[in-house]
Amino acid sequence: MTKRYSIFSLARNALSHHENWQEAWRSPQPQPEYDVVIVGGGGHGLASAYYLARNFDVGRIAVVEKGWIGGGNTGRNTTIVRSNYLWDEAAHLYEKSLQLWEGLSQELNYNVMFSQRGVMNLGHTLQDMRDIVRRSSANRLNGIDSEVLTPMDIKRRVPVIDVGPSARYPILGASFQPRGGVARHDAVAWGFARAADQLGVDIIQNCEVTGIRQVDGAVTALETSRGLIRTTKVGVVAAGHSSVMAAMAGLRLPIESHPLQALVSEPLKPVLDTVIMSNAVHGYISQSDKGELVVGAGIDAYTGYGQRGSYGIIEGNIAAIVTLFPSFSRVRMLRQWGGIVDVCPDACPIIGKTPVRGLYFNCGWGTGGFKATPGSGWVFAHTLARDEPHVLNAAFSLERFYTGALIDEHGAAGVAH
Amino acid sequence: MSQRWRLATGGCINRSRPLRFVFNGRVLTGYEGDTLASALIANGIRTVARSFKYHRPRGIVGVGAEEPNAIFQVGEGRKTVPGLRATQVELYEGLTAYSVNGWPSVEFDIYAINDLIGGLLPAGFYYKTFMWPRSFWKRYEHRIRQMAGLGRAPDASDPDTYDKRNIHCDVLVVGAGPSGLMAALTAARSGARVIVADEQSEFGGGLLGTGIEIGGMEAGKWVQKMVEALEKWPEVMMLSRSTVTGYHDHNFLVINERRTDHLSNPVPLMSRERMWRVRAKQVVLATGAIERPLVFADNDRPGVMLASAVSVYMQRYAVLPGRSLVIFTNNDSAYRVVHDAINAGAVVKGVVDLREGAASEAADAARRVGVPVYRGHVVTAVKSGFGGVNRINIGRLSADGRSVVAHKGSIECDVLAMSGGWNPTVHLHAQSGGRPVFDEAKACFLPGFSVQAERSTGACAGEFDLSLCLVGAVEAASEALRQVGIDPVTVDTPGTAQHTEAPLRALWSIPGDRAMPRGKKFVDYQNDTTEADIRLAAREGYRSIEHVKRYTALGFGTDQGKLGNVNGMAILADALGQSPSAIGTTTYRPNYTPVTFGAIAGRAVGEVLFDPIRRTPMHEWHVENGAAFEDVGQWKRPWYYPLPGEDREKAVSRECLATRHSVGILDASTLGKIEITGRDAAELLDRIYTNAWKSLSVGRCRYGLMLGEDGMVMDDGVTSRLSEHRYLMTTTTGGAAHVLNWLERWLQTEWPELKVFLTSVTDRWAVTSIAGPKSRELLESLSEGIDCSPEAMPFMSFCEGRVAGIAARVFRISFSGEVAYEINVSADQGLLLWRAVMEAGKPFGITPYGTDAMHVLRAEKGYVIVGQDTDGSVTPIDLGMDWIVSKKKDFIGKRSLFRADTARDNRKQLVGLKTEDSTVVLPEGAQLVNGFSSSRPVPMVGHVTSSYFSATLEHSIALALIKGGRARLGGSVYAPLLDGRLIKATITEPVFYDSDNVRQRG
Amino acid sequence: MLQIECPWCGACDQSEFSYGGEAHIARPKTPADLSDQEWGDYLFNRENPKGWHREQWCHTAGCRRWFNAVRDTVTSRIKAYYQMGAVPPEEDGR
Repeated sequence: MTKRYSIFSLARNALSHHENWQEAWRSPQPQPEYDVVIVGGGGHGLASAYYLARNFDVGRIAVVEKGWIGGGNTGRNTTIVRSNYLWDEAAHLYEKSLQLWEGLSQELNYNVMFSQRGVMNLGHTLQDMRDIVRRSSANRLNGIDSEVLTPMDIKRRVPVIDVGPSARYPILGASFQPRGGVARHDAVAWGFARAADQLGVDIIQNCEVTGIRQVDGAVTALETSRGLIRTTKVGVVAAGHSSVMAAMAGLRLPIESHPLQALVSEPLKPVLDTVIMSNAVHGYISQSDKGELVVGAGIDAYTGYGQRGSYGIIEGNIAAIVTLFPSFSRVRMLRQWGGIVDVCPDACPIIGKTPVRGLYFNCGWGTGGFKATPGSGWVFAHTLARDEPHVLNAAFSLERFYTGALIDEHGAAGVAH
Repeated sequence: MSQRWRLATGGCINRSRPLRFVFNGRVLTGYEGDTLASALIANGIRTVARSFKYHRPRGIVGVGAEEPNAIFQVGEGRKTVPGLRATQVELYEGLTAYSVNGWPSVEFDIYAINDLIGGLLPAGFYYKTFMWPRSFWKRYEHRIRQMAGLGRAPDASDPDTYDKRNIHCDVLVVGAGPSGLMAALTAARSGARVIVADEQSEFGGGLLGTGIEIGGMEAGKWVQKMVEALEKWPEVMMLSRSTVTGYHDHNFLVINERRTDHLSNPVPLMSRERMWRVRAKQVVLATGAIERPLVFADNDRPGVMLASAVSVYMQRYAVLPGRSLVIFTNNDSAYRVVHDAINAGAVVKGVVDLREGAASEAADAARRVGVPVYRGHVVTAVKSGFGGVNRINIGRLSADGRSVVAHKGSIECDVLAMSGGWNPTVHLHAQSGGRPVFDEAKACFLPGFSVQAERSTGACAGEFDLSLCLVGAVEAASEALRQVGIDPVTVDTPGTAQHTEAPLRALWSIPGDRAMPRGKKFVDYQNDTTEADIRLAAREGYRSIEHVKRYTALGFGTDQGKLGNVNGMAILADALGQSPSAIGTTTYRPNYTPVTFGAIAGRAVGEVLFDPIRRTPMHEWHVENGAAFEDVGQWKRPWYYPLPGEDREKAVSRECLATRHSVGILDASTLGKIEITGRDAAELLDRIYTNAWKSLSVGRCRYGLMLGEDGMVMDDGVTSRLSEHRYLMTTTTGGAAHVLNWLERWLQTEWPELKVFLTSVTDRWAVTSIAGPKSRELLESLSEGIDCSPEAMPFMSFCEGRVAGIAARVFRISFSGEVAYEINVSADQGLLLWRAVMEAGKPFGITPYGTDAMHVLRAEKGYVIVGQDTDGSVTPIDLGMDWIVSKKKDFIGKRSLFRADTARDNRKQLVGLKTEDSTVVLPEGAQLVNGFSSSRPVPMVGHVTSSYFSATLEHSIALALIKGGRARLGGSVYAPLLDGRLIKATITEPVFYDSDNVRQRG
Repeated sequence: MLQIECPWCGACDQSEFSYGGEAHIARPKTPADLSDQEWGDYLFNRENPKGWHREQWCHTAGCRRWFNAVRDTVTSRIKAYYQMGAVPPEEDGR
């Protein structure tokens, strides 16, 4: 049986010079047939597989991943976790996720380093402040922790920030969610993978899906780079490539794939204890446990699958950060990178069925998917197992783009990380 | 102690310019031309830092961008910079530097305990523990954070400035070593526009300080001649201290030039750094190669250094890293140290060469100078004391390289110069989109297929022979020139001495002393990643190189794996039984070396330059009269004009009352203004706006609402028909640019058949708006040629004439519900007109009002503000504006109004709210519920969009969007406030004042 | 930073342009005749291909003209430009 991780297992293994650790997950050959196949071994896909195996009895489950698990947006994001969304539908989904985060390390027996350092959303204009009050009020009524801070409060919590009235866009206040924070992104993928593997899920890396076979409008098999896999239930969780997967099934989605860039500074001694987000100046920042300032901005305007964006975004982003934090001017940027995000017209995900029977999509998380990882897996597992959405994702259907029942988080989230 | 390790002669330093500096509180001396690293070596300082995880003592390993250990906090106060590499910090008078980790000092560090309990801290240990109890992670994390970090951010703003320059060139040559200089000369002579960028303070790259001969002269001379030759060409720009840090799409590269850091007293106002934003037609990469360490037990002890670094310190900087050396190598290049060390007066105790066989030109040369060469041997143990290495053990290697078959005793030494081969600096090639490929013979990654217009030459292309580098550089430049249509001239390459190098033997991990099988073999010094960590990761299933990187932190340091990555990949390959080519590299990303935030931001920071500030022509008057300003888009708009002793609330009430009772004046210049001309102008308006436009007669104005194609309200404003085919559209202040783009886009992409021209005239006109019962009288007193009577100028009409002697267009439109006129004059006359109106208005007690009073006045009338009372999810029907939605014609967004959800009842609809207690003003944004509830979630029925105290009505009023609100008029809702209060309010019509519009039509 | 060749102004930096998304999405002539499904398809659904993409750009900070480009969404290489209303170039192999 699999040995649990603990300080004792560390000590025991230290005695054998760590030669006897088990694999965190197996590397099985793909079987010819599964009951459910999840396409995409990112955090969402692995979480979906884990909760599917844990909460339901659906038979054999595989996760197929074209590269290495956690190698897409899971391993490229700035790891902000919060649930302070405006609309009820989004708030409830992200709050479920946040609650799962709060016990995730113990649930998975893998330290995902969820650090509830609080998330602050700054307001720079009177309209920002109206939106902040609106969102905070909604959060409170939805049972989500939220405070509205004055510039003085902000300065007390974040001494390095410039809250002076002479700033180009002076900080007028902020919303603050104390339970929000950051987590170790890779650990989330690995923790879910290990836990899913222990429940018998086959995690198959380096296995690219090249076709979706259908008979009479229902899925029958996946063509992959490692052979044909028969299955009647496919959950696609392939952020960045959702449209590519949809095209294999003859579908078009209300999604565009955009580059999203992020960057880190060199590691510094602790200087920033909270996550700071500012939609108005397009920047957000936190400090990692390693000491790096982790910085992000908005998406590149054009679509792109290259995991790289334009330098202009980086320039504007850093200008915003230096304007907010003048003392960071001499800090140095170590590295930048990019991911591919699925952007939906209403900045909310699509989680549900498609016109093809047995084909389900979980996509369109835009720039804010990481925080939803456990919640997304929870509801998608339900949707796959029951062939109908969980109450928390019922509103996030493809249908909404035809009925007009969008969940427009743009106003509340802007750059929705 | 004064530079006891400095050589008496030689080197590229200026002994007549001694420089004092302070390291960890000790005052030391170096020379001009030193780096901080070479100056520390000159002073015999060996332990310079403590490692990140195990807090092991560390010394200087390298000589350039690859240095992982000697990372310091440099400078004081606002000018301090964290994380600088001593090998890249030029010494200047008064420099101060500190080691960051190590307490109480780097020599005696209490956390060195971590090294002893290192068994508990394998790769990824933190994923396996710190989970219990659940609430304790914060405490563990706090400790971890305190330990992490390589420096401190300054605690005040940056006194320096940074700038950017854009530049184009035919050929950008990266690196000014022999290959780069040769390539640049070829391009220059051929007449190309050339930029040469090199990260070092001097050109010459790997030639600097060496005794190599090129073209019959000493290398330094040759470099000097080349540079002089290049600088003669007007189209050649030579940049030193300039690192090409990023290679982006479409051959866009950025060069980070450091201009003042090496100066003790920089010229005031000179920017500290400059970012060159380069669009290069072709790029020649001549970035050289970085030597690889060997991975053996305790290979991190101070005194274990890269062989090439030892040579450079001795030759270029004339300092001795040690007096008795042993060289440990798997290739011929390290033999150079033998001769350099002997020339510098050091003793070379031996060369430990893990390759078998005696035949080697380099080995023979070493033996000839009396240095023993131990072929087929390895260093099995490194013994160190205070101050680093003092002895090494060597042993005979088994044929398969997996074990040590016999021990050969030990050698005393204070420096172990190691060479595991060379890694071509393929970073920029990879950043450009290329994928480096592993070359088995050279045991390194070489540039692969070029995706962009770039090519590598010299050592970065895997060519390590100097004469072949020079030839290759000419070829590379010639190819680049042909690509841009320039005929390359023929350039002769100078002759150099030829060496025959025996092939290296790749042995990625050196077997250790059997007595000490667990000695830590470091792969990544900065992150304390060991060989065992990589093997553990592989064992645990982390098999992708990216997984290993992330699990073990290999290559995550500020050196970005320049030393350790390739060794790490090869060790992983070995652990998995694959070849390094199957493993591949991790992704190379910008920056090549770290870049100052301030330099990337440039001047576009702070109060003035972060984003342009737009001010109206009357701004000066507003400032003079004490206005408080509100940011609306990029505009600064007067918010209210407090009189002495007034707070905002009082000022706004006074402004409102004055307007309702006499006359108020508002600067409305910021509203977007678009002139629409052409035969089909009315047709365009018909398609864009929800209402009909063809019936509007010349001289009249009409309110319009435009939707997105999704049916949601996008913008609004009044449009006037100036003449037959000429309209003036106004937009919201914040929406002006978007609306212009919107109209243009439809015209150009969808309706090219429409004959319409659009011109933004927002900045062309200054708009003074006067409103109130006395506004007509005031206008009459000022105007010439304008009949202001209600008959001649009814509500929603306009006329042209002169106001206060200034040519003006006067629009009778109202956002306040009073008789009101918007007087448009040429922007340059705006302030003049404003002052004239203020003067003429004195008898009426004219009162300037800002956006806040404007909001109150319009809310009293129930006029919405798009973006405040709407949020992108509100239709005209939701606003109760069915009257403006044409049933007959199509318009943008119309179809969306009939979608199932958009057409349903019970959507959130605009209503008014009156609080039960007339003095309580609801917060804008407050959510509304149907009653008190202590459980969560509470169903919300809507929210407050606008809310004010109306001095006119002596009652608080609000606008709100409420589910099915139109059907609930007269009913109650409650606003649970963030402070805990629950406020009751009555739902009303959204018009609170003069609902019959008698006043504004008057 | 892309370098984009405006058909009227020549090659300029990307910062002068704004992106308009997928080209050739014609607005339906009679929207009222469309089902919710068809209208939603026009409004929101996109090809979003990985590879060559025919897309709209506007030289916002220049001549303000809209035009089409064919760009590889993986490498960002742009292989063709053509004016509004023009027939798109053949979609040959990459």
